Amino acid sequence: MSEIELRNIDKHFGPMHVIRDVNLTVQHREFVVFLGPSGCGKTTTLRAIAGLEDIDSGDILVDGAPVQNLRAAERDIAFVFQNYALYPHLSVFENMAFPLRAVRESRDEIDRTVQQVATSLGIKHLLKRRPSALSGGDMQRVAIGRSLVRRPKAILLDEPIGSLDAKLRERMRVELKRLHLQNESTSIYVTHDQVEAMALADRIVIMNDGVLQQVGTPSEVYARPANAFVAQFIGSPVMNMAPVRAKSKNGAMQVDVADTGFSFDFPAELSNQLSKAGADVNKLTLGVRPEGVQVAHEKQDGFIEVKAGIIEPLGSHDIVDIDAGDTLIRARTKSAFVPGAGSKIWVRIDPAQAHFFDTETGRSLGITL
Amino acid sequence: MANIQLKGITKKFDNFTALKDLDIEIADGEFFVLLGQTGAGKTTTLRLVAGLEKPTSGQIFIDGEDVGEQGPAERDVALVLQQYSLYPRYTVRENLEFPLKSPIRKTAPADIAEAVDRVAKTLRIGHLLDRKVDRLSGGEMQRVSIGRAIVRQPRVFLMDEPLSALDAKLREALRTELKNLQVNLGATFLFVTHDQIEAMSMGDKIGVLNKGQLVQVGTPHEVYANPINTFVARAVGSPPMNLIGGQISGAEAVTDQGYRLPFATKNKGGSAGDRALIFGIRPEDIYLEGGAPVEARVHDVENHGVEKIVTLRMGDNLVHATVPAQTELAVDEDVRFSWHPEKVVLFDGENGRNLNAAS
Repeated sequence: MSEIELRNIDKHFGPMHVIRDVNLTVQHREFVVFLGPSGCGKTTTLRAIAGLEDIDSGDILVDGAPVQNLRAAERDIAFVFQNYALYPHLSVFENMAFPLRAVRESRDEIDRTVQQVATSLGIKHLLKRRPSALSGGDMQRVAIGRSLVRRPKAILLDEPIGSLDAKLRERMRVELKRLHLQNESTSIYVTHDQVEAMALADRIVIMNDGVLQQVGTPSEVYARPANAFVAQFIGSPVMNMAPVRAKSKNGAMQVDVADTGFSFDFPAELSNQLSKAGADVNKLTLGVRPEGVQVAHEKQDGFIEVKAGIIEPLGSHDIVDIDAGDTLIRARTKSAFVPGAGSKIWVRIDPAQAHFFDTETGRSLGITL
Repeated sequence: MANIQLKGITKKFDNFTALKDLDIEIADGEFFVLLGQTGAGKTTTLRLVAGLEKPTSGQIFIDGEDVGEQGPAERDVALVLQQYSLYPRYTVRENLEFPLKSPIRKTAPADIAEAVDRVAKTLRIGHLLDRKVDRLSGGEMQRVSIGRAIVRQPRVFLMDEPLSALDAKLREALRTELKNLQVNLGATFLFVTHDQIEAMSMGDKIGVLNKGQLVQVGTPHEVYANPINTFVARAVGSPPMNLIGGQISGAEAVTDQGYRLPFATKNKGGSAGDRALIFGIRPEDIYLEGGAPVEARVHDVENHGVEKIVTLRMGDNLVHATVPAQTELAVDEDVRFSWHPEKVVLFDGENGRNLNAAS
């Protein structure tokens, strides 16, 4: 068993409050990804768990035992760096054997373990090479291999594939996940790349300014973002967002998007939910992902007429900009659905995919239609 | 504004041939993207057009005029690089004014002020004009770099990976801004990138470059739906097109490992007989279904929010499929799949050439 728990973690760098009262439990065998923009405190938190950084206050527990006063080497937690941190003068085999030699394992045991880990990573043919003769992907495989040989309680990875090119990153992502399933080691992985986080994580921990924003499965954070920050950080293209006014009209609801002249129809239920959530109807922000903006070629009930702006053809689908003054609204359509910029199209917002936020606090009002 | 023509351009650096017999035509007002990996020769091409390198052989025309003997300044092109080459101790305004104060092109102070304001408005950097450049974020700096390029209204814009140092969100936003800008200016853009999403989303035309040679030129749709060979097939689309070796047998495609999938005989490559083929199929043209012909095991599932990307293990082949976000799949689960036969692209098993394109 190896469960990691963070209790009321706080940390300053001089005047900068980099971790603010973070509480989190990472379950045994779980793959958790810390996600956020640079400077959000994700790497500092990771380094604090590893013992590479002190914390000001709070507890870090591994399997229920506090470790914040233990040195890094005593925590039995492996750390994988973005820049690999391999010993250039040692062969791949010796790099991987290093942590085992440090604890004076027998030669047979070292040999067996390194061979076994190298096989699972597909780097057995590289064991005699020096790191300088390896590609970026292979270097990172070796670094990961080195972290695995000791069978640590947990593996912490700091943007391990961030410096690789896009195609290789896609491949490594799959490898990392397969490896995790094989080893079942508790893993915490730091990245600023939401695609990576969504693709890899059992649960995503989203941070901003040292504060935990939301913890949830990829589906949860995508479909039910806790606030506007999470809503816009997860997903590409970014979620459309604009201040709106909601009002009753003929027994249903109408949502007017500020500065665009656009009004979208919503079911009457919106009114009930807004009052239940205690929403201030003058401080509402509507969020909808591009796939929640439905597009039609012809006039239909509940659709409004708009003009298409620039179209980004991405092969499998298009992203269509809708001409709305300074407000950017984008829709996702099938390939070549809208013939070109300037086309007249009709759009509506799928109420089931609409999100409402408090404009001032950014908090989601939790409305589900 | 102007069109650009490259005719028979070859460029050698000592023994290394960076570009080989390159012919490119870029129409006036076109957004042309050169897509290629590191070392493909894209930056060299750009530098040749800019006049920063001389070709070993071949000619370059801007607006029909051979610019071979002209220096960079005479060509009246603007270059935007990945590294923002701004003057760090100048304000944004001073940086934007700089190209207009060049001794070769004297501009009246009133005209300079007007041009700077216009550009600042276009790029939404008006509020930054009096700030020092070293106080800006990466995205703001890149906007200023672009601003400095457009302030002068050059004949041609040359851009060398201008977005690749920015983070994903900013890249996404600037992609749209750049495309908008190009449309509004009606300008000719030659844009170089290794990022296929940038190429697809912005380019009117994409030129795919491999090892110094132009492999295919086409609209994003042409390059995506009908790649000229397996190299291009893998260069655009993410995840890339699946390529599976096999042969045709009657109305079926039979993979090298004996898996059988439906085949549309109207596919022009249908006359391929029993020669070795490669079947190309995009992840979105594969579907999972109970009674489908091929059994496979789920190797990986990636949640991408709007959809999921599943990696399937079919014998020794890994096959990517895009499935709706609601699809629940577990790793190592057995599933059945098929493809939309009319979407299959046939490539020659030997040389990887698209058989539809060849006929």
